[in-house]
Amino acid sequence: MKFLHLVLLNLRRKKTRTALTLGSFLVALFLFGLLMTIKTALGSGVDVAGANRLVVRNRVSLIQPLPLSYREQMLRMPHIREATFATWFGGYYQDMKNFFPNYAIDVATYLDVYHEYRIDPEEWRAFAADREGCVISPPLAKKFGWKIGDRIPLEASIWGGTWEFNVRAIYDSDVKEFITPELWLHWDYLDERRAFFKGFVGWYVVKIDDPANAVEVAAAIDERFANSPWESKTETEKAFAAGFANQIGNIRLLIMSIGSVVFFTLLLVTGNTMASAVRERTGEIGVLKTIGMNDSTVLFLVMAESIVVAAVGGGAGLALAKLFTLGGDPTGGMLPNFFLAGRSIALGFALALAAGAAAGILPAVGAMRLKIVDALRRV
Amino acid sequence: MVRVDGKGSGALVEIRSLDKKYRRGGEEIDVLRGLNLDVDAGEFIAFMGPSGSGKTTLLNLIGGLDTPTSGAVRIGGDEISRLSGRKLAAWRSRHIGFIFQMYNLIPVLTAFQNVQLPLLLTNLSKAERRKHVEAALDLVGLSDRMRHYPRQLSGGQEQRVAIARAIVADPTILLCDEPTGDLDRAAGDEILDIISRLSKEYKKTIFLVTHDPIAAKRAGTLLHLDKGTLLECTADGLFACKPEDAGK
Ligand SMILES: Nc1ncnc2c1ncn2[C@@H]1O[C@H](COP(=O)(O)OP(=O)(O)OP(=O)(O)O)[C@@H](O)[C@H]1O
Ligand SMILES: [Mg+2]
Repeated sequence: MKFLHLVLLNLRRKKTRTALTLGSFLVALFLFGLLMTIKTALGSGVDVAGANRLVVRNRVSLIQPLPLSYREQMLRMPHIREATFATWFGGYYQDMKNFFPNYAIDVATYLDVYHEYRIDPEEWRAFAADREGCVISPPLAKKFGWKIGDRIPLEASIWGGTWEFNVRAIYDSDVKEFITPELWLHWDYLDERRAFFKGFVGWYVVKIDDPANAVEVAAAIDERFANSPWESKTETEKAFAAGFANQIGNIRLLIMSIGSVVFFTLLLVTGNTMASAVRERTGEIGVLKTIGMNDSTVLFLVMAESIVVAAVGGGAGLALAKLFTLGGDPTGGMLPNFFLAGRSIALGFALALAAGAAAGILPAVGAMRLKIVDALRRV
Repeated sequence: MVRVDGKGSGALVEIRSLDKKYRRGGEEIDVLRGLNLDVDAGEFIAFMGPSGSGKTTLLNLIGGLDTPTSGAVRIGGDEISRLSGRKLAAWRSRHIGFIFQMYNLIPVLTAFQNVQLPLLLTNLSKAERRKHVEAALDLVGLSDRMRHYPRQLSGGQEQRVAIARAIVADPTILLCDEPTGDLDRAAGDEILDIISRLSKEYKKTIFLVTHDPIAAKRAGTLLHLDKGTLLECTADGLFACKPEDAGK
């Protein structure tokens, strides 16, 4: 477009004003990037959750256990193919600050339910054969420099004492969200050594035949254990993961509200800037129309100006957010999936463009409607 | 030939019973009342008249920048008051060049780029555009100022750039609204020299609004605008002009 040049020149007229508007977009989209990162981290597992997996936990709270005997009972129910279980171990390495999720799994069944993990069969066999063995994830290996064969002491905050584990396997996965800093140990070993809750598990993960049956199966399980001392609550993996996040308040709603307010403010600020830019150039717009520029080109000129600012400022903000989050989880384990997803970047960029267009539309229509005679008289 | 009695026919510009009213608040102002004008191609006409008599309004109507309340403006056979929007804009870019008192150059564009603007709306190639722009700037004597920005030019030079912009697309009609109003005598004379040349050598049809009797003398015909209509005057007898002289 021959007039794009003019759009860029117009932006350079008031450098301070353009810089400030660019800055607003930059700050807003930077913030958006961070909020989306936190949102992704909190909703971790939500998007990757196989809907053919259900999580069964104690109705009262995540901390209350369920009896081991439930597994056999559930396997006898229709649509249920497999059931594995795990218990929160809650150990930490040397210092509480080094927190990362670690839990005891049922070695015999865990991988039958979670196909997403890729583990060298040799390593897995070594883990299965060693009661004090553990499996770690690549980020954890990297963080502490652990490798196969290392002996790791963990302080067991729930069960007491120092427990030592041998690293026998390092898992991998093609699904990015599965690669989080975590450690698995033998549930059998935990159950043998701990002083209480013996014969209980933290939660079950049940594999069903078809996601379409999820609701039906969940209801059947909870009904089966109703009126027992350990009532269950069965939900999809997605809801289970969200439940974790909800424990720290409705953060996602908070994030969405902050995000909306930021965009609304951006809209007002940019709209105002564009309006005054158009007002200053009233006479010039009159001249452009006089020499035969048609109204849609005038509309384009103003809209393009606002959209270019949005694209440049917004793009820079998102790039900055990406750089900022490259370091990964700043909390040392609380938010394992701390990264700015490509989809969030695309969404942010689209929102920035939309804000630019929305801010430009009123001034642009004003410029388009402006009558030449009025424009020239105001010079 | 120039007539103000509405009895001509086949002229380049034919204005018939032109009315223009403005509404301001509750009251209506009759700016132009039943104005007639016939102007053949190649004529050079000056309009004079008191401030507020409607000179700018008349130029705007001839140039298709504004629409009449009633009456007709026909140019080259086209009834331009009937054209609208996109068509009118395209018509204007082909047939009319405007020169304003305030130059109205785009400050962020160089002299060359300002002059080129009207050509960007055509399908001319870059090389052709360059050729036309250079010719226009050469005609106004600013070949050596092509890369200057408006703020680096004097008022007279800015107005010459504006003239180059007005003629670059080779329009038939030039509308000049007080082009020397902001300039001193010397600079103003240079502008008037160029306009006279455009009339004599390039046979442009020129309408010049001015408050300056000396400037008005450059024109072949002087018309006086008063109380909404036109009166023809000899350049010398300006102040003796009477309604009964009209239509001579
Ligand atoms: N958009 C408008 N709305 C209301 N009144 C207007 C408008 N445009 C012009 N007028 C009025 O129409 C009359 C003629 O204006 P015009 O600008 O044509 O005068 P002019 O002869 O060019 O005056 P000047 O010599 O001062 O330039 C004036 O009274 C002016 O106030
Ligand atoms: Mg005027």
